[in-house]
Order: sequence, then structure tokens, then C-alpha cells
Amino acid sequence: MGHDFAYPPVDFETHPDRYKHWKLSVDGPVATLVMAVAEDGGMWPGRYELKLNSYDLGVDIELADAVQRLRFEHPEVRVVQITGGLDAKIFCAGANIRMLSMAPHAFKVNFCKFTNETRTSIEDATDHSGQHYVAALNGTASGGGYELALACEKIWLIDDGNAAVSLPEVPLLGVLPGTGGLTRITDKRRIRRDMADVFCTKAEGFRARDALKHDFIDAAWPRSQWEEGTARAAVDLAAEITDTLPLKKDGPGVALPALERDDTDDGWSYRFVDVVLDHDNGDRVATVTIKGPPSDGADADPVRGADTWCLRAFRELDDALLRLRVNHLGVGLILLRAEGDRDAILAHEAAMLRGADDDWFWREVQLFVARTLRRVDNTSKTFFAIIDEGSAFVGTLLELALAADRQYMFLDDDGENSVLLSEANEGVFPMASGISRLEARFPGDRDAIEAVVEVEGEIDAETCEELGLVTLSLDDIDWEDEVRIAIEERVSLSPDALTGMEQNLRFGGGETCETKIYGRLSAWQNWIFQRPNAVGDRGALSMFGHPERPIFDFNRT
Amino acid sequence: MAHIDYDERIPNNVDLAHDRRLKKALEKWQPAYLDWWKGVGPQVFKGNDIYLRTAISTEAGGWANFGYVKMPDYRWGIFLADREEDRTIPAGDHAGQPVWQEVPGEYRNVLKRIIVVQADTEPASVEQQRWLAATAPSLYDARNLFQVNVEEGRHLWAMVYLLHAYFGRDGRAEADELLARRAGDDDKPRILDAFNQPCQDWLTFHCFTCFTDRDGKYQLGALAESAFDPLSRTCRFMLTEEAHHLFVGESGLERIMRRAAQLEREAPNGDPRELGGIDLQTIQKYVNYWFTYSIDLFGSEVSTNAADYFASGLKGRWREAKDHDEHSALHQQKTIEYVEDGRVVGREVPLRNAMNEILREDYASDCDRVVKRWNKALEEEGSDFRMVLPSTKFHRRQGIYADHHFNPAGELISADEWESKRDSWLPTESDRQYVHSLMKPVYEPGKFANYIAAPRRGIHGQPVEFEYVRTDG
Repeated sequence: MGHDFAYPPVDFETHPDRYKHWKLSVDGPVATLVMAVAEDGGMWPGRYELKLNSYDLGVDIELADAVQRLRFEHPEVRVVQITGGLDAKIFCAGANIRMLSMAPHAFKVNFCKFTNETRTSIEDATDHSGQHYVAALNGTASGGGYELALACEKIWLIDDGNAAVSLPEVPLLGVLPGTGGLTRITDKRRIRRDMADVFCTKAEGFRARDALKHDFIDAAWPRSQWEEGTARAAVDLAAEITDTLPLKKDGPGVALPALERDDTDDGWSYRFVDVVLDHDNGDRVATVTIKGPPSDGADADPVRGADTWCLRAFRELDDALLRLRVNHLGVGLILLRAEGDRDAILAHEAAMLRGADDDWFWREVQLFVARTLRRVDNTSKTFFAIIDEGSAFVGTLLELALAADRQYMFLDDDGENSVLLSEANEGVFPMASGISRLEARFPGDRDAIEAVVEVEGEIDAETCEELGLVTLSLDDIDWEDEVRIAIEERVSLSPDALTGMEQNLRFGGGETCETKIYGRLSAWQNWIFQRPNAVGDRGALSMFGHPERPIFDFNRT
Repeated sequence: MAHIDYDERIPNNVDLAHDRRLKKALEKWQPAYLDWWKGVGPQVFKGNDIYLRTAISTEAGGWANFGYVKMPDYRWGIFLADREEDRTIPAGDHAGQPVWQEVPGEYRNVLKRIIVVQADTEPASVEQQRWLAATAPSLYDARNLFQVNVEEGRHLWAMVYLLHAYFGRDGRAEADELLARRAGDDDKPRILDAFNQPCQDWLTFHCFTCFTDRDGKYQLGALAESAFDPLSRTCRFMLTEEAHHLFVGESGLERIMRRAAQLEREAPNGDPRELGGIDLQTIQKYVNYWFTYSIDLFGSEVSTNAADYFASGLKGRWREAKDHDEHSALHQQKTIEYVEDGRVVGREVPLRNAMNEILREDYASDCDRVVKRWNKALEEEGSDFRMVLPSTKFHRRQGIYADHHFNPAGELISADEWESKRDSWLPTESDRQYVHSLMKPVYEPGKFANYIAAPRRGIHGQPVEFEYVRTDG
């Protein structure tokens, strides 16, 4: 099996009515997400069974959907309890190993990345939306199961003498916990490194007593007090959060309707976003165009709802990115274009940011745009912003250009092609490292940043190049050739080397828990995933579930 | 601390008197064990003289010394079967290499877990049966119950010895936990579900002892083939005691069946219930229930853990060294029947991954022989009824058949058919209530409750009417 297996395209949209693996219920300020994974509900029917609440991408897509909907559709919710719905004494056994061992490498990496993004979105909701996640582990949480718990603000474990939390990846599979487990136990839970070392090499993990002693969990209740204890703690926590909310958050929520996507001959399109695959370049290049709001003059007071431009356009962009990542592995370069009425974009953006001060809905939109931009940062494809005549890279959309690896700008005679900075470029959409894209662009160079910020009004191509806002500005003599050559050159380079290089260069400046998680996933886990000790004929991952035991090459690298 | 003569108080062949680490561990654990025994061990005839056997050495006669003893004074000992010189690893990747006298670090945690899960069943069954003697059908049966109980206690000692002697601080903590968990306790349940149900009647007790203890026999058998020699030797010695437990269950059920057949003849309408007996149909339902309940304990038909345990030599097959020539079990397949699209289809799986199923098959053949012996007894009693062992697919809660319905013959049936027929296959609430209604104590030597026949002979050459329990204290 393995590398030749061509998996079917993945659809990232779902709805609670269609969930196979989760049950979402809301009771006042407390929502409960019950994980009850359907064994036969895997993404590739017949190839593996999702036993013991193990998960695949399909399970995580539903979780991501639930996290997103809770923020928009249930603003009254303060606490989200994630708990297990299996009769067995298991909360979640982590990622499905059989699925992982048969998945092509690129799929594995994309799977891990998506699940990480879901977990950081859980933390984002806790940190910024007043929706705190709690893992109510009513059975053993191993591997990815415990990592899901680690993404939660609090971890509660049933103390029945059996249930444990564990990270058995190293001792059992010869790989690493792939969803931030290692980083979170030191950087988030601040657990001593030697105890962390013991924990991560002990396949069975710690049961309640030891887990509590060493801070791997926050609380434990015996079985007879579990329901009552966790319910009361959740309600107490909800009250505590309500008292400290910076802005009023209650219903009604805003329902998120399905996106309307039309497949075209050479890609697909939504209302505000088009994706075009470039057949001339062997489908290695895609152009993603994002369009501004309709210029009907209503943008100073945009509609407060799911159809509002910013939310809709970035949901579409988010979906496009996910599809490009997972369903179009061959695409190595994405050309970003922005079109539309600049004034309308800026007016809409201003209304959104103003609203974000005192209206939870606009605040959620802002946070969502920030997450989508971080999805760009974390995409292992090259991005070039193409700032052509008639482009609309202003404010929020300029942020998209700044997320790109390079910016090519057309230098026109009369200086009409320009970009425009706004409040949106000064840190309202922070990167995973916690800084703005301008700060990451000019690491430690306050002067350069100030020079850019001080410019009043539109900035033409020549000035952009001078200020370092674009890579190259090119006049009509050079534009077509230079851009063509840049594209052709880019797609000729090693995709692996490019992924590594881009991830290094995109994150200038300091590290956070989040950047470490992605960085170490890319570097360590994906390296180990390729090594013979994991995936060779007798590697630990290959041997899992097989009758033979692994054989290691004991030389350290 | 007062001087304790360990060899006198704790009979052993592990040189306890000179093992400082072990002594230190047991000094703490032994009083806790006695508290446990007094608290949740047998609650009836607690301080009475019971005619019990005690193991005081592994010599030919040493493991079965009979005499009256008050249970809390029972001398629970630590015995390992004698060490075989030059024993080699029976199974797996290390087959043929010398066995391990110490635990290899690589397998420490998993071996500890295997031992803990096995050990947990021993005190659990004592707890489950603690009130049972209040309704003993005879003093002979009460004594058999207590013999089983004290030996389960000794098996706990044997396992705790391994934890104390070979698993350091973790092992000591696990040994303490074995006394902290309680059968049926919501907060601290025993590890396996089958060991959390209370045992409240003697039909259930005999079924449990016949079928569930027999699972123990096969698990011990697999561990007797372990590369870790102290575990192997411990299990081999436990197996000699286990035989009596199985005898208690098998012969107990046989006596209930014989009595049923006798009452069938005597009753005006041929129904033993009219005369206070248990009818053979009901017994068959209990057999159906307990056989299938017990085979769940073997684990999943196809199991990664089972393959791992075999590969690393932690467990072997039943009589691996004696009955098998090829010990790697590699490059061989076993056909496992799966349910696919409403049909039963055979699928090949690697032999090592099927080790649970292989052990289950050995167990089922053993049960089959038991049923044949019962049917001979029924024939002797002139009954036409024949007990039937249900299919291993019937009434499963674990493994690949758990989500499907099978009849006792092993045919796939619909959920509707299952619902309509289950009461004819498994004990109903009214069956249980009826059996419970019969549970009245009979404490006169040589007398037996009406639902159970007297045994053919007594214990250790004593007559049936011997005073196996001194009821006057």
C-alpha cells in the first residue's frame, strides 16, 4: 500500500447535522462535545477501522467545524467540555495508526498540520473568545487523545484505578506526538523536563494520582462523583469566565451557512474567491484571487451576519487553502491577487475593527481573519503576491500580500498602482509568533517599520520597493518576463527544500508555544516520519499491528 | 518492629528470611493484606475451623497439607515451581535463548501490566464471593469455597511477590493498589468487568469457578511459557492449585445437573422446580451465559498486543514448549471468521496476531471435554437431556462478534430474532430470582440442599459427612 495509494479528494465543509463522530449539545453557558467515533466511518472506507475513538482527518474536520460554529453560533457558551462517548474505558486513543501507516507522507503531514490548527483554534477560542475548553476525560486518553486534552484549558481525569493519560508515541511507535504534545507539556503546563521525559517514555502513562501530582491533569474525581463533579466545575468555571469577559457575549448567534462552490474547467470559485490552476505549468501553479465587497456604498455599515464580506471571503479563502493543500499536492506556487473597490474594502474593514471593540460578532470576524492568515503562513507552498494594475491590496488584503514569500508589483507610469496601509497592518491580525507581519518582515528594525507606517495614503510601486514593502517593482518592459521567469524558476526548485526554507524565513522574530509546535512538527516529526527506524521495513510504525517487532539502527544521528 | 519468623509465618521457597528488600516490602504489605482479608474476604465462618490444605513446600506432598485452620491464620506462602536448569525461552523472537532471571528494562512496564491484570482477578473473586457461605448448600461446599478463596489469596501473594521482588518502587505501588481496588466498587473497580459482578448464588459460583477460573488456567498456562523465568515458575505452581478450583466448579455443576435429572424423574410433571430443584434448561442457560462471558476475557480475536507479547516472549501458547515444534509463529496465517455485509467470511491474519483466539480455542476444547463428562453423568442418571457448549460467537461483548447477533449454534441471526429468542438462551430475571429463592444454608454435616447431589467422595480421603467446617467455632 503506502505511497502509491491515491486518496480521494477531501471536503472540509460539514455541519452538526451531518457529524458522524461527534455530538454537540449546548446547555446554557456550557456546551458538550461528545466524541463517539464511528468505527466504520473512516475517510477511506474499508481500509481501516476507527477503533477506540481513534481519529482520522474526517473526525478532526468535524471537530474543527464544531469549534468554529460554537464561536459564531453560540456566543453564550463559556465552557466547552470535550468528553468521550464510548462505553469502553477509553476517551480517545489518538490518531488512527493504521490510517497513518498507509497514508502517503504528504497526507500524513497535512493531517498533522490540520489537527494542529484545530487545536490551536481551541486555544484561540479559550484565549480570545471567552470560550474555555475543558477535557473531561472519562477514560484513558493516549497519544493524540491526550494531546487534544493538552489543547484544552483544563484537563479532568476520572480516577477509577484504570484511566490514564499517556503519550506512548516514542516507546510504542518510534515517532513523536504529532499535535504539540511535547511542546505543551513543557511550555503550556510547565512540567519539569525530567518528569516529562519519564512520562513520554512510559507507554501506559500516568493514572490520576501520579498525573495530578506532576500536573499532567488539573483535577480528578472518582467514578461515583464524576458526573456531578465535572458538571459543577464546568458551571463554576462558566460563571468565573462571565465575570471577566471584556465584552458582552450572548445570543443570538450567527449561523454559518455552507459555502457555495462552483467547479470550473480549471479550478473552482466561490462568491469572493476564485482558484485557477495553471495548466501551462503542469498544474504546479494556482492563482487565488480574492475580491472585495460590492461597492454599493453600504460598507461603512456592513451587514452583521454570515454574509458579510470579510467573514464570507475569508471563509472561502480558508476552504480554498485547505483544498489546495490536501487535494492539489502538485501545486507548489500560489499567486495571490486582490481585486475590488479599495474604498469599499477599507470602509468595511474600519467598520469591522470598530465593531470588534464592543460587539462579539465583529471581534470573532477579526479573530477568524487572523486565523486564516495564519493558515497562509503555515501552508507548505510558495506564495507570491502579484500586485498588478487594478489590484486592491489595501489594509486587510495587503496583510495577505505581506504573508506571501515575495511581492511582485507592477510599476505603472502614473503611479496609480499602489498599496495602502491601515490599522489592519499594525497587529490586529497577529502571526503565530504574536507579532505583526510588518514586524516579522523587518525583524528588529523599528526604523524600517516606522518609515512604512508613517507614510500617509497610497504608496506607489517605486516607494514600495524603496521601503521594502515589495520584493521587486517592475515596469511594463520587464513585468511579464520577470514574473514568468520567477514562477518558472520557483517551480523548478526542490519542493522539500522550499518548504523548509519558507518556514524558516516566514517566522522572523521570537518564538511562541504555537510557532514551536508547528516548527517542531515540520522539523522533527516529519523527519522522524521518514526515517527507517519509523517507516523502514522493520521500523516501529511499519511494524505496529504486525506480527514482527521493530529492529532499530541504534546509531544516533 | 517485632521479630517475625518469616519462614514459619510465610512458607516459601524464595529464601525470604535472607532477602532484605522483599522483607521490607512485605512488612508493610502483609498487615494490609490481613486487613483486606478481614474486611472483604469471607464474612461467614470467619473465625471457625475449616478443613483446608496449605502449601508449605513444593515437594511432592508439601503443597497439600490438610488440617483445620482458622482462615485469618492461614499461612499464605510464596512458592515457585522448582527452577529448571538450562531452561530456554519457549516462544517468539528470542526462542531458544536462555530465559531471563531479571526483568529486561525493555519489557518492564508491559510485564508489570500483565502481572497486575492477572493478579487483580485473584482478590476480586474473593470479594465477589464473600457472602456466599451464608447460603452454602453443605459444609462440604462451604469448605470448597473457602479453599478456593484462600488459594486465590495465595495467588495474590504469588503475584505480589513478583511485583515486590522485580519491579522496584512501581511494583510496590501496584501491590498496594491490588488491595485498594474492590470488586463492584464504582470508584475503585477491579480491572476486568467480569470480576465486578457480585456472586450471590451457588449456581453462579460453580459456573464462575468452572468457566471463569478456567480462563485463569489458560492465562496462567500462557504465562508459564514466559521468557521471564520467575513468572513462569510462579504460574506453573499456581496451575497445580488451579486444578482444584476447576474441579470444584465442574463437579459442583455436575452435582446440580445430576440432582436435576433425579428430580425430573421424581416430579409429577417432570419439572424439577416443583421439588425445589433447578431444571436442566435453566442450567444450560447459565452455562451459555458463563461460557461466553468468560471467553470475552481472552481479548480481541486479532490483537496487536497479543502479537507483541508473543514476539517478545512474554507469553507463549498453551504448552508452547511441549506441544509446538515451531516457536516463532512467523510467516504463518490463521483464518479468522469476520462478519462482512451480513455474511460470515474467513480472512487470513498473521498467526501472531491471532494468539488470543488460539488460546480461546484451546480453552473452548477444554470446556467441550467438561460438557462431555456432564453428558455422561446425565446419561448415567437416565436423562435424555444433553448439555451443549454454545458457539464462541454467541453472546459476545468483546471482539469482532460483539456488534452482531449469533444463535448458540453460531449462525448469524437478525436483531429481531435475537430479541425474540434470547430469553430461551440466557438466564432471565425470573430465572435468577428462582435460583436465588433456593439459596438457603445447610450446615449439618453430610446434608445437602435439595438442588444439589452429594459428591461421590469427600476431601482428602475424608467421608462426605465429615465436619469440613466446625460450626461451633
